[in-house]
Amino acid sequence: MKKRWRSMGLTDEEYARILELLGREPNETELGMFAVMWSEHCGYKNSRPLLKLFPTQGPRVLQGPGENAGVVDIGDGQAVVFKMESHNHPSAIEPYQGAATGVGGIVRDIFAMGARPIACLDSLRFGDLKERRTVYLFSGVVAGIAGYGNAIGVPTVGGEAFFSPSYQGNPLVNVMCVGLLEGAPAKGAAAGVGNPVLLVGAKTGRDGIHGATFASEELGEASEERRPAVQVGDPFREKLLIEACLEALKTGYVVGIQDLGAAGITSSAVEMAGRAGTGMEIDISRVPRREPGMSPYEVMLSESQERMLLVVEKGREEEVKRIFSRWGLDATTIGRVTQDGVMRVWDGKTLAAEVPVRYLTEEVPTYVREGRVPEYLAAAQAFDWHTLPEPADYNEALLKLLASPNIASHEWIWRQYDHMVQTNTVILPGSDAAVLRVKGTSKGLALTCDGNGRYTYLDPYTGGMIAVAEAARNLAACGAEPLGLTDCLNFGNPEKPEVYWQLKQAIEGMAEACRSLGIPVVSGNVSLYNETEGRPIFPTPVVGMVGLLPNIERRAQQGFRGPGDVIVLLGSTEDELGGSEYLYALHGLELGRPPRLDLKKEARVQEACRTAIREGLLSSAHDLSDGGLVVALAESCLTGPNGPQGARVEIARAGLRRDSAYFSETQSRILISLPEENLPRLAAIAGRLGVPYSVLGRTGGERLEVDDAISLPVNELQRVWKEGLACYL
Amino acid sequence: MKFGVVVFPGSNCDADCYHAVKNVLGVECDYLWHEDTDVAGYDAIILPGGFSYGDYLRTGAIARFSPIMAAVADFARAGGLVLGICNGFQILLEAGLLPGAMRRNVGLSFRCEFIHVRVENADTPFTGAYRPGQVLRLPIAHGEGNYYADPETLAALEAGGQVVLRYSEPDGRISEAANPNGSLHNIAALINKEGNVLGMMPHPERASEAILGSEDGRGIFTSMLRYLERRRGR
Repeated sequence: MKKRWRSMGLTDEEYARILELLGREPNETELGMFAVMWSEHCGYKNSRPLLKLFPTQGPRVLQGPGENAGVVDIGDGQAVVFKMESHNHPSAIEPYQGAATGVGGIVRDIFAMGARPIACLDSLRFGDLKERRTVYLFSGVVAGIAGYGNAIGVPTVGGEAFFSPSYQGNPLVNVMCVGLLEGAPAKGAAAGVGNPVLLVGAKTGRDGIHGATFASEELGEASEERRPAVQVGDPFREKLLIEACLEALKTGYVVGIQDLGAAGITSSAVEMAGRAGTGMEIDISRVPRREPGMSPYEVMLSESQERMLLVVEKGREEEVKRIFSRWGLDATTIGRVTQDGVMRVWDGKTLAAEVPVRYLTEEVPTYVREGRVPEYLAAAQAFDWHTLPEPADYNEALLKLLASPNIASHEWIWRQYDHMVQTNTVILPGSDAAVLRVKGTSKGLALTCDGNGRYTYLDPYTGGMIAVAEAARNLAACGAEPLGLTDCLNFGNPEKPEVYWQLKQAIEGMAEACRSLGIPVVSGNVSLYNETEGRPIFPTPVVGMVGLLPNIERRAQQGFRGPGDVIVLLGSTEDELGGSEYLYALHGLELGRPPRLDLKKEARVQEACRTAIREGLLSSAHDLSDGGLVVALAESCLTGPNGPQGARVEIARAGLRRDSAYFSETQSRILISLPEENLPRLAAIAGRLGVPYSVLGRTGGERLEVDDAISLPVNELQRVWKEGLACYL
Repeated sequence: MKFGVVVFPGSNCDADCYHAVKNVLGVECDYLWHEDTDVAGYDAIILPGGFSYGDYLRTGAIARFSPIMAAVADFARAGGLVLGICNGFQILLEAGLLPGAMRRNVGLSFRCEFIHVRVENADTPFTGAYRPGQVLRLPIAHGEGNYYADPETLAALEAGGQVVLRYSEPDGRISEAANPNGSLHNIAALINKEGNVLGMMPHPERASEAILGSEDGRGIFTSMLRYLERRRGR
């Protein structure tokens, strides 16, 4: 017999373990169920031991990892629910549907907790835009996110996009969804023996079979053949499903609810039973189908979108079904909760599969692997940028940086997203973080996502720390304190010791930053095997973070407000051009040692900025990141709420070469502007917290002038910055 | 005074319109279900934005067959105020309550952003609170807002003062560059001949509170309210 388990992604050892557990050979359906539940995507077999390093507790945490999404208390009986998920592999071969169904899946995770989805953010990584395929993939992904998100009425309020040849062929599409919950979270558990199990939403078809397995292998030439593993989304049905599920949850008759994502009915049923310690019996002949002739295997593994599994209080099915019927959706009783801890699948009167739930959940093999420092690292870190010549013309250097698609205006992206629906978006896309109001309260929520794969490639531990610290800094720059984070860990094949080492280092770095800054990890997702033709992507941890503003009237955005304000830098600049956007945009180099991070200093800088905003002292605040100080100055000039604004500054170089003083990406810095009369109070805050600061100059005029090195009309900066990304598309 | 906001399957600005009317204006407001066949007791009806029936086939093409649309047409014939916003405007066009049709935006992309419109006719129940020529800063969010009508219809619309809002520069100049979607004559809002049915692509409900960055849209709702109060008082 052929070793059919191999084509499903199981190793010979894993198959032997299945034989041992069952005491017999699995049939086709059972083998398929093992294959998907034991895939990295569902079973986290490589990452689970590492994920335990994250701190997941906190005084506000109502639900940490393990449920459909994390839940954090924001007072007044309200909570935020959020999670981020990747849809990298599908988007690499079918960009529109891959991205669209990525949005659909993460949104279902949020309303499965009983929360109304109030915002999405997307974190994108693509190859070089000079390549035509990158343009095809990128514009398809943006259109897919827009097409799905806009139709379901959930605003896409923020995100990031980063381009590097490292992501050529294996782009990253991470989507975060945030929901607002009134009352207690719903549970994803199949509790109550005898309770009926309802399948609701769309009909089941042959799409997306083995998507979870596909997501857990490297991309290669044959990947194009996997196109049928990509699902097709129907945002209209998703919108109806949101409304119907939230209405059904209000009745109190829904005991458990979970979306059908990767591995379809199999994973939802098994996970729900697993959480409750129960079993489940389902009859797949009752599953409404899109087409005849589907085998039990296909029904159990179909990843048809816009479906949910509900466990309903016995005797209350009809009330719940009526709600779905009113919204024009199917709701079919397909089984019931049992006592014996076994997942039993019937096809009418024929038993199609019978596997103890535990084998599919707790018995997932986990691998603690040996890591090895990658060979490239020492040479890459040893690169000394001081050997490069200084720019002859700093005007030109700044314009080159502003034209880099990594720094240029991303308006081309977010203008395609409805970012205002639900009328809560108070700070629109294009600032450090988006801010939403919470209607009927004085509260605001700040949302951001961040992660620098280039830093992580050059130093995984530091890159992991910075991903967390910078997301938190984005929030501090609008006046919010972090509530918790969700993450997407995008890495290569963990079976390679070098990749495993990167993963472990990055997680350890993130965990240290979380502990030090007091930010719990409440949900997340792991995407491994991000490789094309055997070449891994930059290791890319992406952090999504939610912060709270107790009083939304006391908030800040990144753009200069008007003339006459004093411009101040919180924090100090070090000689750190390694891994910078400057080296990439001007020299085409992704080398050197990335900036260091002192977490204690980071916390103090953030605290100083937040305090100043909450005392109403600041006109603007902008986190320094890619491109460093002078790029941040230009961005603040260009993004003012009252239109572009000039500025004149002097930058003390303190022994640094000029390019380093201007473009170094030293962490723990925030650029602020404020009326001069507020300066003494700012100085007092900085003094009390021990935060160094320097007064750089003033806003005003129609040029950006830096020392005697840069003098450019703001409208020229604007033209270059606005065209930098759009010109490729 | 009582407003009704119609909920079609796929509407997604229904709650925003409800919030603007009920909480910002402080006027009584109900949701009306697409299967309802009676709108008695309402003074004004709003067809909200969104993707009714997924915008499948054509925007608004399926929603116009919803049971409630017959009642809305009767309500309009009897002189009731009907405001269609974005997808609501598209539905009014498909239902024949306003002339013309929408095409996909020039550039083929969905566009969500603040734009400016100039008030061309301040003598309607929907714009009475504005000055003629006043420039409003309002958000748009649509993929199909490229208004089309044949030349005779367009001429009649212009002659009859039925073009209520036009995309403009911040200073009120009408230009090609200020037109976000290719709409003929920069048309952003239209009213029927009788003057009681208005369709507009910009979202006034998204610009009714200072915290959202503009209050310029609130005038649409206050105009309606003022008109209705005056009519009731007569």
